[in-house]
Amino acid sequence: MHEYSIVASLVDRVEHEVRARGASVVHRLHVRVGELSGVEIDLLETAYETFSPTTVCAGATLEVERVAARWGCPRCRRELVAGEGLRCPDCGKPGRLSQGDEIVLQRIEMEVA
Amino acid sequence: MCDTCGCGDPEVVPVEIQESLLADNDRRAEHNREHFRRHGVTAINLMGSPGCGKTALLEATARAWAGAGRLAAVSGDLATDNDAERLTAAGIASRSITTGTACHLDARLVHRALHHVDLDGVDLFFIENVGNLVCPAIYDLGQTANVVALSMTEGEDKPLKYPVMFQRADLVLLTKTDLEPHLPGVSRDTVIENLAQVMPEPRWLALSAVTGEGMDGWLGWLGWLAELTGTRPAQASSPSPSEAPEAVAAG
Repeated sequence: MHEYSIVASLVDRVEHEVRARGASVVHRLHVRVGELSGVEIDLLETAYETFSPTTVCAGATLEVERVAARWGCPRCRRELVAGEGLRCPDCGKPGRLSQGDEIVLQRIEMEVA
Repeated sequence: MCDTCGCGDPEVVPVEIQESLLADNDRRAEHNREHFRRHGVTAINLMGSPGCGKTALLEATARAWAGAGRLAAVSGDLATDNDAERLTAAGIASRSITTGTACHLDARLVHRALHHVDLDGVDLFFIENVGNLVCPAIYDLGQTANVVALSMTEGEDKPLKYPVMFQRADLVLLTKTDLEPHLPGVSRDTVIENLAQVMPEPRWLALSAVTGEGMDGWLGWLGWLAELTGTRPAQASSPSPSEAPEAVAAG
């Protein structure tokens, strides 16, 4: 279950930012998780609830936005529909993932004295 | 300090980060990649389920590759050194990475192991990942290419069940083809159709480490990749599947 490793990276990143900005309390974290990122949101939330109380993130809410996978043709720019093959039906070019594989820390809301 | 009304309360501010949570791993992976490049080494991240035949494949690779160049490996394993010992016995200079409870290798673990591996003169370096079709997929290790082994005994729908793993494969090896006569419910064609559902450019080879079927194609692919790495060091980290040699089938 690599979601614990992801939460460890998340906490490290927040700790770094808290130190750099002299923040006192972290209120909320905004994270974006792609459908094809290999991270399960339920497991990520469980890992966060388990791991965060002893860290700088104690008491901070984790807001996770799920990002759907989108495939497009790099030549025609048309969107490809998952489940109908990942090649462009017009030109035959292999599709390219335009979103949905990201695991991104977007924003931290924290108290700055 | 709140400067709206002068109340003295601390102010909650949003701080934009917009950074991948894998950024630290990716930086370390890039460091490993540079290490491989400097030594002219082609590094393969070999992934697949427990028991799909990764170690047997590497043993067969060592037999077939004998004399053609130097091979080295690290093997990720939760609890034993069995795989590294088998690879060493087969003639591949190997080292174990014991992960304990960790279900995947990351760039830091591979980097630490590289301090104990002599890469001078090595042509191919195999990173035998922990047997798992989920977690290893998302961690860049600094490899030249990702290879996923899928044994015929695992069933036809594994690509559909584990799309992230197969989507990130530069090459899929369908292993244990010698067992196909005993698997009336498994169709190679269906496996390949399923690969095309999750991979825009599926590239695959069917082989058996027992009979040697398909090993020529595998060695050809490795040789092609090694040449690509050696002659075009500034090339992007992953080879382009569209340039793969003809022995590799496109789905």
